[in-house]
Amino acid sequence: MTRLTPPTADPTAALARFAATAPADVSYAFVDSPVGTMIAAGTDRGLACLGYEDLHGGADPLLERIAAEISPRVLLAPAKLDRVRRELDEYFAGTRQDFDLELDLTLARPFARKILAATARIPFGSTSTYGEIAAEAGSPGAARAAGGALGSNPIPIVVPCHRVLARNGTLHGYTGGLHRKQQLLELEGVRTLGM
Amino acid sequence: MTPPPFQRLLDAHAGDVLRFLVGAVGREDADDAFQETFLSALRAYPDLAHADNLRAWLFTIAHRKATDVHRARARRPVPVGDVEERAAPEPPDASDWDPVRELPPRQRAVLTLRYAADLPHRDIAAILGCSEDASRRAAADGLKALRKELVP
Repeated sequence: MTRLTPPTADPTAALARFAATAPADVSYAFVDSPVGTMIAAGTDRGLACLGYEDLHGGADPLLERIAAEISPRVLLAPAKLDRVRRELDEYFAGTRQDFDLELDLTLARPFARKILAATARIPFGSTSTYGEIAAEAGSPGAARAAGGALGSNPIPIVVPCHRVLARNGTLHGYTGGLHRKQQLLELEGVRTLGM
Repeated sequence: MTPPPFQRLLDAHAGDVLRFLVGAVGREDADDAFQETFLSALRAYPDLAHADNLRAWLFTIAHRKATDVHRARARRPVPVGDVEERAAPEPPDASDWDPVRELPPRQRAVLTLRYAADLPHRDIAAILGCSEDASRRAAADGLKALRKELVP
């Protein structure tokens, strides 16, 4: 032997074994959907994040935020998000109206958690307004703050902030872009007044 | 400062860690050592005081796991027949590293960290807790010993 060259080693199998068994605090996966690729991230407590991949600079800043605000033990482990993927597939296929998923609202501030909890109670195919949601969350008159809280909803679709409209019935705003809000409402059979 | 998402370490270093371990302990034990390396790293990760040289930190752990494998082997000598059975399926590139595993611990560690994982002597010195000079010397001694063994 004249020279030591690195041995060949393909880490794919070792990585798969690690992802399946390692005790991560946060597991994530990329989920394809009719409204684009989403990053789903969950903890032992439940689904913590469902982010649109094409927003806010993509997956990296989102995962960094999760590392800072939940735990840096973040691992790509698609199998651990199987149930989330299945329920989303069913929702988009029109065979599921309610999500049966535990939620982890660590990424939301205390006020936003109340707003999100109220939003989660809006049934499939119905809409509410920012003012109604604020009142429902115990803060009547806080429509604007409710809008802000929903604008940074960490778990859109599952927490259906797309069902919250302005008082005049217009779409107003959406964390994933208004075209997606319209698309989700159409999927639920809601006729909208536009933007 | 919060360390980056752990997955980023895997993406960046998993290949090199596995190559290092294949060189250091052989293909058969490399996967288990890989799992133990990253499990230990994952466990310690949130308490990491600084995240400035995560690569060197990971290899410190990998080196420790490789040392554990060698110690376990020393305690449980393998019968000669087994050695031949185990050596046979190794592809040529990995069997290059067989004689390296017979070297004294420091030479073995330096050669695998330097030539299987491509770490600079500055990082190797930090991992082994020695000077850069000592790391270079161990590499030179190790290569000399390999030449002696292989060119009779």
